[in-house]
Amino acid sequence: MAGRTPFHSSWAAARAGLLGCGLALLGLGSGCGQEGGEGPPGAREPIRIGHFASLTGDTATFGQSTDRGIRMAIEEINARGGALGRPLELISEDDRSITEEARTAAQKLLQRDQVTALLGEVASSRSLAAAPEAQRAGIPMISPASTNPKVTEVGSYVFRTCFIDPFQGAVMARFAREELKAKRVAILFDFKQDYSVGLADFFRKTFTELGGEIVADERYTSGDIEFRAQLTTIRAASPDAVFVPGYYTEVGLIAKQARELGLTVPLLGGDGWDSAKTLEIGGSAVEGYYFSNHYAADSDSPKVQDFVKRYRDKHGEAPDAMAALGYDAAGILADALVRAGDVQGAKLRDAIAATRDYDGVTGKISIDENRNARKDAVVLKIEGGRFRFYRSVPAS
Amino acid sequence: MENFLQQLLNGVTWGGIYALIALGYTMVYGVLRLINFAHGDVYMVGAMTGYYAAHALGFAAQPSLAGLLVTLAAAMLACGVLGAVIERVAYRPLRLRGAGRLAPLITAIGVSLLLENAGQLVFGADPKFFPALLESRELVRVGGIALSNVQAVVLVTTLALMATLEFVVMRTRFGRAIRAVSFDGQAAALMGVPVDRVVMGTFVLGSALAAAAGILVGLSNPKIDPLMGIMPGIKAFVAAVLGGIGNIPGAMVGGLLLGVVETLVSGYLSSTYRDAIAFVVLIAILLYRPTGLFGTPQTEKV
Amino acid sequence: MRGRALLLAGLVLLVAADALLPRVLNPYYLTILSRIGVAVLAAVSLQLVNGFTGQFSIGHAGFMAVGAYVSAAASVYLGADGLAALSGSLPASLARALYFPLPLVAGGAAAALAGLLVGIPALRLRGDYLAIATLGFGEIIRIAILNVDLVGGARGFSLAAPLHPEVDLRYESLGAIYAVVALSVAVIARLVYSTGGLAFRAVREDETAAESVGIATTRVKVEAFVVSSFFAGVAGALFAHSEGYVHTNSFSFLRSFEIVVFVVLGGLGSLSGAILAAAVLTAAPEVLRGLGEWRMILYSLLLIAAMLVRPQGILGPRELVPGFLRGRPGGPRAPA
Repeated sequence: MAGRTPFHSSWAAARAGLLGCGLALLGLGSGCGQEGGEGPPGAREPIRIGHFASLTGDTATFGQSTDRGIRMAIEEINARGGALGRPLELISEDDRSITEEARTAAQKLLQRDQVTALLGEVASSRSLAAAPEAQRAGIPMISPASTNPKVTEVGSYVFRTCFIDPFQGAVMARFAREELKAKRVAILFDFKQDYSVGLADFFRKTFTELGGEIVADERYTSGDIEFRAQLTTIRAASPDAVFVPGYYTEVGLIAKQARELGLTVPLLGGDGWDSAKTLEIGGSAVEGYYFSNHYAADSDSPKVQDFVKRYRDKHGEAPDAMAALGYDAAGILADALVRAGDVQGAKLRDAIAATRDYDGVTGKISIDENRNARKDAVVLKIEGGRFRFYRSVPAS
Repeated sequence: MENFLQQLLNGVTWGGIYALIALGYTMVYGVLRLINFAHGDVYMVGAMTGYYAAHALGFAAQPSLAGLLVTLAAAMLACGVLGAVIERVAYRPLRLRGAGRLAPLITAIGVSLLLENAGQLVFGADPKFFPALLESRELVRVGGIALSNVQAVVLVTTLALMATLEFVVMRTRFGRAIRAVSFDGQAAALMGVPVDRVVMGTFVLGSALAAAAGILVGLSNPKIDPLMGIMPGIKAFVAAVLGGIGNIPGAMVGGLLLGVVETLVSGYLSSTYRDAIAFVVLIAILLYRPTGLFGTPQTEKV
Repeated sequence: MRGRALLLAGLVLLVAADALLPRVLNPYYLTILSRIGVAVLAAVSLQLVNGFTGQFSIGHAGFMAVGAYVSAAASVYLGADGLAALSGSLPASLARALYFPLPLVAGGAAAALAGLLVGIPALRLRGDYLAIATLGFGEIIRIAILNVDLVGGARGFSLAAPLHPEVDLRYESLGAIYAVVALSVAVIARLVYSTGGLAFRAVREDETAAESVGIATTRVKVEAFVVSSFFAGVAGALFAHSEGYVHTNSFSFLRSFEIVVFVVLGGLGSLSGAILAAAVLTAAPEVLRGLGEWRMILYSLLLIAAMLVRPQGILGPRELVPGFLRGRPGGPRAPA
């Protein structure tokens, strides 16, 4: 290393750091000019809505679905004239399925794009990372699909329009015990996903309270494709039913492999099952299984039929739960905007909190005092390769 | 007992998949001393290629053994090419510049990220149902243990591919060249072995095997998505290390062993540790026998 | 003398930045700056092991995770009482400033312990085997944490003490974060660029030769590993306290790879290189946001291109900034 003589100093290193930061800031600053807040908006100035979601990364499929639902809702609302005489503009930011990125994505929307409201996220962990920012900024945030009760506990500006785990877990626990008369149930849950862990917890709690017995408690990780080991263990425990509160990404295969192993008892699930993929991948293996959901696609409600048809026409497949929930979250937001008569944070927040019996695709939704959604659930049965309405479960 | 045998069967079938992927890792490591982190994503591309090929060629609608074989061949060909391209574009320039060991590692990470993200863009992030190229039916049932035709095909194909590779490596000139470069690259070059071509051939072979693994997985666990290669890639890598990285029979045994251990731990101990067990095995092997089951202890000459 | 002046200038700068930046920049930029701080510390701490001691460690995120979770747990379960009490008798910002180092040290210490436990067995291995082992340990740590219900498991862990909900355990002060980072970088720089620090590079250059001239190579390697893990833990603790919520997803092997990229792209053996690369690559995904789904594709292409064009990294083994301390014992101009 003859020749050039680099000088060394601890402080030199620190200066290099400042240099690096400066460069970085320069890069970010290049976008500075695009910051919002150019003065009071004109009458036709769009109302900006932010959606932060996992558009890439390991849960990309959920984020993309939600985004599609939200987008469709926004398009329809704009076709009808928008809200408060102004069109809605949706700005979607990707968090790459990374927890802390949800916070940055939300911040970018809040601070750079100056959105009026935030929609997001599907994963409770990411909602928890971002919610404090919305709360601090005084901008309402609606999560379309996060089920961990803690999300709305972050603050008065955080809402959700889906079930929370305690409710949904209890729904299936009761169904198993009362309808299927199951005494012994095995659980197979995704221990990497908050949703699945939470739902399994509450199912376990309710089912045992109702006098049932959990005979096997097995786990898998989202992304797994091989479940035979766990299923063999479950088979050996001779359960009356198996609760699989996971996502459609794994349910199809679980069902197939269960059948291959000769497990004939019904599998039960939650709204994570709601997707055409469950049927596509599961095929005949999922016949006769039940799961709880927000709505039934075969319901005669014209609203539902309309939604399903429009979504199918646009995207070539039936909507899944995420899309439907996204659609409703956007709808509730727009509805609240109209009721508030204003885009101002506090007023909008109050209007959202006052939502009663909003007629959504995923049911009649009211926001309760904890900022969670009160809505009925349905239990669906898979029959003839389709999801069929089986029973409705009123909100407690 | 029956349970145990069932788990064993599950484990062996699954282990075969690990073995096929592990072979690619081990061969590339053997000739280049490079851990090709992008290998798991080649497996994914294989599965995806098979998906599109099967649909395009009409085999999805009409399952048949011939259709399966054609799809398999198509995927193996496509990934062989992909492997060659990766080697040529991303690794060879570094090798020719004598860039040390860490730079190619970073490139490998870059290629891996590229394949995954491009995969999400091109294939779509949502999981896809791999077409049933064979009508699944039970072949044999001994006691409570069933063996389906799909499982049989997976086992047979895995064995056949491994046997073919063994033949190529031990009985052909090219195989001898691979062994020579693995043993001592410089000496081999001095002896006139076309190292560059050998390296490329190794990549082609390894990638083709990964593609085959992708198709077989598509058959037996018919859900594919662009990120499906990450975990199996790491586990197969562990399997290669278990058998002795750089050692071909080692990779086969390592894969099978890991598959079995993983399944048994998951079934009998706790399914929570299914993924962790691979790493525990890894650590254990590295601490007690770092050169793997079949590797030869390396002495360093001073 | 100039050292002292610089120290004072640095302090003033940090205090000023801490007070002024939140007024000038919105929280989005502030968050990115804190992330850069964390990334810089993570990169520099890894540089000690990978760049200066030549040991191939790729499980760094595991130690960050230990630091993050232990410090968060310490704050939530132990520290909240103390902080609440302190805040009662002292002005809030002073109380918090006094409190803040505690969880950092707790996190760092725990991570250092983890580093010791991992290092002693792992460092017996060479080259790629070490790399694989560290990767494995990183994952084992992450999966282990995922199973500890006390810190949330899959639900993540919020920095909110159940018994003292009014106590704000978050610490987002940029000045404090950068003070910690600068101090840590200074310590590491002092460590490597000293006569004693020559041992690290000796081990890197030729371990057998180093052994034969009497350097206790295993001890040196373990030392580097433990120090590195300590600072990784501190980085994790900084992260946890500035985010306010942690989840094991943030510490996967992908994160470890990211940090390795900082180190290699910056140049193995260059502290300023690591700092530069960490800053640029942390800001990059934000700058590239406009590209939507092409963002990561471009990122990966840039990574490949960077390695092809300049495999020794941006700065190679050299340091960037001309200092005024030349001929420091242990610096590269020291007699061979």
